[in-house]
Amino acid sequence: MFLSEAVSSGPEFFYLVPLVVFIPIIGLLVNIVIGGRIGERTIGIIASLASGLAFVVAVLLAYSLVGHPEGATIPLVEWISIGKLEVAWAFRVDVLAVTMMLVVAGVGTLIHIYAIGYMHEDVRFKGDPGRYRRFFVFFNLFIAAMMILVSADNYLMLFVGWEGVGLCSYLLIGFWYDKDTLGRDSDANAIAGKKAFVVNRIGDFGLLIALFIMFWFFGSFNFDIVFEQAAEMAPAVIVAITLFMLVGVTGKSAQIPLFVWLPDAMAGPTPVSALIHAATMVTAGVYLITRSAPLYVQVPDVQNIVATLGAITGLFAATIAIAQYDIKKVLAYSTISQLGFMVAAVGMGAFVAGMFHLVAHAFFKALLFLSAGSVILGVERGHHHLAHGHHEEGHDEEVFDPGDMRNMGGLRKRMPTTFWVYLIGAIALAGVPPFAGFFSKDEILTEALALNLISVDALLTVAALCTAFYMGRQIFLIFFGPPRHEAAEHAEESPRIITIPLMILAFLSIFGGGLNLPRVHTFADWLEHYFEEFNIHLHAVEFNFGVAISATLLALLAIFLAWLLYGRRPLTKGQADPLRRYLGPVFRVLEHKYWVDELYWAIFVNPYIALSRFLAETVDWRFWHDWFHDTLLARSFRHFARFLAGPVDLSVIDGIANGLASITISSAASLRKLQTGYVRNYALSVFIGIVLIIGYLILR
Amino acid sequence: MLPVTYYVILSAILFTIGAMGVLIRKNAIIIFMSVELMLNAANLAFVAFARYYEVLDGQIFVFFIMTVAAAEVAVGLALIVTIFRTKHSIDVDQMSNLKG
Repeated sequence: MFLSEAVSSGPEFFYLVPLVVFIPIIGLLVNIVIGGRIGERTIGIIASLASGLAFVVAVLLAYSLVGHPEGATIPLVEWISIGKLEVAWAFRVDVLAVTMMLVVAGVGTLIHIYAIGYMHEDVRFKGDPGRYRRFFVFFNLFIAAMMILVSADNYLMLFVGWEGVGLCSYLLIGFWYDKDTLGRDSDANAIAGKKAFVVNRIGDFGLLIALFIMFWFFGSFNFDIVFEQAAEMAPAVIVAITLFMLVGVTGKSAQIPLFVWLPDAMAGPTPVSALIHAATMVTAGVYLITRSAPLYVQVPDVQNIVATLGAITGLFAATIAIAQYDIKKVLAYSTISQLGFMVAAVGMGAFVAGMFHLVAHAFFKALLFLSAGSVILGVERGHHHLAHGHHEEGHDEEVFDPGDMRNMGGLRKRMPTTFWVYLIGAIALAGVPPFAGFFSKDEILTEALALNLISVDALLTVAALCTAFYMGRQIFLIFFGPPRHEAAEHAEESPRIITIPLMILAFLSIFGGGLNLPRVHTFADWLEHYFEEFNIHLHAVEFNFGVAISATLLALLAIFLAWLLYGRRPLTKGQADPLRRYLGPVFRVLEHKYWVDELYWAIFVNPYIALSRFLAETVDWRFWHDWFHDTLLARSFRHFARFLAGPVDLSVIDGIANGLASITISSAASLRKLQTGYVRNYALSVFIGIVLIIGYLILR
Repeated sequence: MLPVTYYVILSAILFTIGAMGVLIRKNAIIIFMSVELMLNAANLAFVAFARYYEVLDGQIFVFFIMTVAAAEVAVGLALIVTIFRTKHSIDVDQMSNLKG
């Protein structure tokens, strides 16, 4: 029997799934209510605990899935019920959702712990320790929203999470909303947050349209129902849905053309960049495509578009990353590039490879960002040390950017732990075996080749080459050579609360590739359950030694090139980037990020502002306010009022009232004469009256 | 026995004298006495008819009227005394404050 089989195949904790959302919410509520009275450490511990418990629940769910790979749907409440549309708030536990939960909560918990140490210093460097609690409240809120996104069993609930993480992203990018990235008073960070929010809104608009089309033709948002009916639906409908969904993906996962917000999002504190803008939230688009795989596999043309778009983004962003100086900007463009890899993979139909790269990337990119944060803090400490030493001289230097790699150099000796973990992350990202990035990237390249997508494969290969190069450049610029600034000379290693999460992530970055080793395919077997459910055949690609060896050689070549340029003769203070000499104008183009921001300003933002100004000043103010309201309405109203006040009120209404009064006065004047005051007159009237009455009675 | 007509005529004459007194005289006490005259004219008519019809109703009514007249005298004289105290006169023509 089925039942006995199910019972015998292991324990089941699916009913616990609402906790992955509720535990972080409880955590943030606790911090909101009592956070003001407890110390910083306790706030951090509560937040980390909330995230950690969510991770424990996710592990229990994963454990249950081993015995019951078909998963379960746990309905919580009826949410929307309008006519035929029934949307339940239900949690879908399956391999895909739980994979995402493990990544979100697992990496999230490590970053929470890291943030306890990081934010402790950050709020002091920026001079506002009161914001410490707010940070963790937002962080827990993010975990909750992300969990809603990945555990949804319908697109509408997914959209709630999708918007929720967007909100948290906005709140955290603008965390220092009254400062800029260097801590000066400015609204630069607030503008960066606004930019992220607006650009994401454009993407969300696409996703909304996709949902509207879905509602119109399917009458449901439920994954199962939509995917089942998809086969009978006209291909045009599926094309429209998937393409509009792709717009949403380009917004959230920072693909061309909506990637511009992600580099600016580095204005947020570094743990935010690590958690939201590298490891988890930005992968939501990849998750969405993987989740919607049953839709995408029906329309190969759209799949090609997705794959090509991802590949182009992968190369485009990787080239920009080569010419950036800000440590976090390099990583931001690297994130865009790696997201391009993932989108290309899921676009090709290599969903497992895409998800695998997502997981591996979460490990090493979180590691890189957190290490970068540690580097920045270290340099900031050195700078702080200097500022105190020079205090008596009253010498006020120009604003110092602790994130500029031109100010670093030689940090290997000052910050050994950070150096080693950064190196591990960089090698993992560059794709050198046997680190995590090698296996996942290799799988994508192999899949592209196997599917005969030569252009995608070529683009991604060049992107991988650039990746290895800019990571090598970064390592040499930061950790080798002489210190190019006094602050770097005095940099200090971070405390253990920061370095221990780094070490754990470094461990994961080294061994994360073990999830899906060639010929073993643990991860593929695990994820297969989801795709089997909808009869999607995943072609298992065999490990291709040619691809692996050439990719490795290319990575090593790129690292060697980086060594030639930056390692052999280290950059000295004030020296121009040697690459500028070799690439010339190309470097200028890359340094200015292909002027994409400027282009968008010229094409969209400036005309939009001009239009708004026209609407505001000419249409609203001059036409609507001045002319229509002031001139037309107000003046005619005034005339009408004057008419009512003059002829109507004064002559007619007042005439009636005054006439009544004067009639009363004149009649009273004649009547008063009757009142003589003499008793006999009254008596006479009484007599006459009586005589008249009696006369009437007698003569009647 | 005198016919009832004589009594009625006498009663009418007395009533008319009283009414004229009320209308013409200025002295409040005279007016008061004229009012009494009118009341007693009515009494006379009552008694005359009571005898003529040989019923007691008229007689009883007279008792009531005499009681009312006595009460009226009490109130009226008190009023006149009060008026005299304030105005030092009981001329009704001077009491015309309610003149319109």
